[in-house]
Amino acid sequence: MSIEVRIPTILRTYTGGEKAVEGSGATLAELIDDIEGRHTGLRARLVDEKGLRRFVNVYLNDEDVRFLGGLETAVKDGDSVTVLPAVAGG
Amino acid sequence: MLQLDQSTYDAIVAHARRDHPDEACGVVAGKVGSDRAERFVPMLNAARSPTFYEFDSSDLLALYREMDERDEEPVVIYHSHTATEAYPSTTDVALAMEPGAHYVLVSTRSSESVDLRSYRIVDGEVAEEEVRVVPSLQSEHAESGPHPGPPQTEESAPR
Repeated sequence: MSIEVRIPTILRTYTGGEKAVEGSGATLAELIDDIEGRHTGLRARLVDEKGLRRFVNVYLNDEDVRFLGGLETAVKDGDSVTVLPAVAGG
Repeated sequence: MLQLDQSTYDAIVAHARRDHPDEACGVVAGKVGSDRAERFVPMLNAARSPTFYEFDSSDLLALYREMDERDEEPVVIYHSHTATEAYPSTTDVALAMEPGAHYVLVSTRSSESVDLRSYRIVDGEVAEEEVRVVPSLQSEHAESGPHPGPPQTEESAPR
């Protein structure tokens, strides 16, 4: 078992075109670190020095992790994580 | 070139007018790879602002799940500018994350004239494109017709 991470179109350059990748970890931060090991460059698109990037939405199952614990949100085998860039502008 | 059917064009403009003075936003979804703007989906502007728009986070997830199930993608992503022209702002360009989409801008600064324009925004580069409004989109299987190009002029149509 592992955790599925769904990748948006714009970030599939880091996953060889794959729509979803798998990883493991006890928290979202660990999961992102684990995936970064196989898909170098992905982490920097999701996280900056202050935490999750403002215009990248990450969902654990159905919930935006901003309303859970952000990068410290606990994750477990069988969970599904979805990454979606915000649709926003001025 | 972006082709919009008249009712979708009207729906985008009407949404922009309705939400004025706040910015309005939404997508027109279509089958993956088809470049056909078929399903008008107005979205809430979670920012409720005259100078910013952002799809609500849970609405965004629901929208992308629904498009996934229907084998769709956002063919058009539209929003309005309420006091300036229909041209992508610096913020629009910085936050454009769908390189395959037509970014449609509508300006509602004039209540009389319609200003709707379309752009590709890829890696920070903005390229305007023609918008062609048609009565209805050609059926998907009628593409073996004449090579797409300038419409044939009516023979001997008096002007």
